[in-house]
Amino acid sequence: MKKIRGQFISAAVVAVSLFLGGCGKPAGDSSAAGDTIKVGEFASLTGSEASFGQSSHNGTQLAVEELNANGGVLGKKIQLLTEDNQSQAGQSATVVRKLISSDGVVAILGEVASSRSLEAAPICQQNKIPMISPSSTNPKVTQVGDFIFRVCFLDSFQGGKVLAGFAGDTLKAKSVAVLKDVKSDYSVGLAKFFQEGFAAKGGNIIAVQNYSGGDKDFNAQLTAIKAANPDAIFVPGYYTEVGLIALQAKQLGITAPLFGGDGWESDVLASIGGAALEGDYFSTHFSPDDISPSARAFVKHFTEKFGSAPDSMAALGYDSAMILADAIKRAGTTDGAKVRDAIAATKDFHGVSGTISIDANRDASKSAVVVTIKNGQFKYVETIAP
Amino acid sequence: MSESFHAHLLEFLQQLINGLAFGSILALIALGYTMVYGILRFINFAHGDVFMLGAFAGFYLAPKIAVVFPLPSIAGALVVMISAMAICAALGVFIERFAYRPLRRRPKLTVLITAIGVSLFLEYAGQFFFGAAPKKFPEILPVLPVTQIGGLSLNSNQIIVLAVTLLLLLALRFIVLKTKIGTAMRAVSYNPEAAALMGVNTDVVISFTFALGSALAAAAGILWAINYPSIDPLMGILPGLKAFVAAVLGGIGNLPGAALGGIIIGVTETFVSGYISSTYRDAIAFAVLILILLVKPSGLLGKTETEKV
Repeated sequence: MKKIRGQFISAAVVAVSLFLGGCGKPAGDSSAAGDTIKVGEFASLTGSEASFGQSSHNGTQLAVEELNANGGVLGKKIQLLTEDNQSQAGQSATVVRKLISSDGVVAILGEVASSRSLEAAPICQQNKIPMISPSSTNPKVTQVGDFIFRVCFLDSFQGGKVLAGFAGDTLKAKSVAVLKDVKSDYSVGLAKFFQEGFAAKGGNIIAVQNYSGGDKDFNAQLTAIKAANPDAIFVPGYYTEVGLIALQAKQLGITAPLFGGDGWESDVLASIGGAALEGDYFSTHFSPDDISPSARAFVKHFTEKFGSAPDSMAALGYDSAMILADAIKRAGTTDGAKVRDAIAATKDFHGVSGTISIDANRDASKSAVVVTIKNGQFKYVETIAP
Repeated sequence: MSESFHAHLLEFLQQLINGLAFGSILALIALGYTMVYGILRFINFAHGDVFMLGAFAGFYLAPKIAVVFPLPSIAGALVVMISAMAICAALGVFIERFAYRPLRRRPKLTVLITAIGVSLFLEYAGQFFFGAAPKKFPEILPVLPVTQIGGLSLNSNQIIVLAVTLLLLLALRFIVLKTKIGTAMRAVSYNPEAAALMGVNTDVVISFTFALGSALAAAAGILWAINYPSIDPLMGILPGLKAFVAAVLGGIGNLPGAALGGIIIGVTETFVSGYISSTYRDAIAFAVLILILLVKPSGLLGKTETEKV
């Protein structure tokens, strides 16, 4: 309620300032012509990471609806144009090019998977269209150029600090085996940061095994890991494969716990892995069990609209749209370069996934939560601050 | 020394079991490729997608079958598998009748390209009707606790895969060698014109071959889904490709060759992933194929056919 009133006030302030500002200017600028502001979104609505794309899209959609219900931005409604990349490599570049050149969007929101954000980022950079990735954690994403932002933490933090610390301090693991997806930038990066962080803490990486996203059979890699006998197994992959890996690990008689990063967070994980995942852990951005009061309204609205509690991807999808809207309001225009500057100046924005300040590298510095799987449910364990 | 040797031996045996289980599923798919090739001399590229449809048939039938035969149970799993095999057998006959038969007198290339078309059609129709997101295949077989035999972990699913494959291979061998329709199949494979002149109804034999191959693919689909319970409409592409390689490796057109090829590909891939790196898995499996074909161009068990001029 408080949140909605806040938005109403800010919308009113914007409307007034727009009116005042409008007097001085000759005409509205060209890119915002028409009565709507077009924002493009690319997401994996179908395919192997469909759960990520749908969650993130639901969050973004809810943010746009709330913004429009409160009068929109700069007196115009936001029109969200969403394109599906089917979780496939090569599709993101195509759909983002279409959004920019034929739909004329003023900004791009997306994606969850780092590999696909990395496909779209150079196109946005080239066209000087600001892009905000809600939840791509690989450092390379924002290094593409000064028009690319993110509203989540990085894998250097997630792997090097959160997970390395969790494995050593909470799991008390001395030796860890790593099973990573060599086809995914996210998985390779997270594994690298974890290995460095864990070694720096005096931990031992005793086996490193690879798979390729889309694989179904992991028995060979798991048998080799079992022979190395680690205290815990780090699987920095996405949920579809992780469910199968957990299942096959238990069938091979592996008892060491599995743990991973935010790529695990999906209902599909528990439905595929089932009981095999009990007592395993993963780190992520947001837990509905541990939230600031300002996020309660979001959880309530999201649950009312979609019938299930939001996950991290939904919270970050929501925040990415809200930060963009906030920047457009502060910029007072939809001109790409000015919106870019406004996003870069974002400071202490109270998002539902935490307080967001954009740093000099266009990344957000935020805390992470660790979650465990109990009776098929995700249960909050601890919060690790940056 | 001896203890570490024992540990290495255990790991080796475990990898061998993993490879055999994976390879025997490929073998079942490879049989379909090889049978169709043996009779029509063309590669049915839609075969991998029939495998996918077998898994989806099981997915949609399981809840209905569970009403009569409570799942997971052995009887229930058997009913699911046989129903999926029946559905895919009918589908195989249907595909042959409407996509391939009208083109039988056309150049082989036309049929081949049609097969690729049918394959794409099944994949994208699958995405449309089933949805592109992976689905969890229900548990239709009771999973026994892992049995340890001298340190080896035997999981009941892997043993079932091996046993079912062996049974299906024996059944296929019986059909081909001991029955009237099997004799007709061999006759058509040897010389279709002569077989037709001797009164063999080649259309029926070809339909039967497609039914048999598709039923085996469906069985492979169910076994695959029991082992790797995440199924999606594009799941048939890679196993289909590997099974095709297996069929070529064993000598295309030769039934025991297809089974052998499947096992070799499965075991090689598993050992490469387990001991070298999964990154090179496919590369090494295909290198093995090239090496064998360099030495034996007609495949391991294939007969050299003299090209008639």
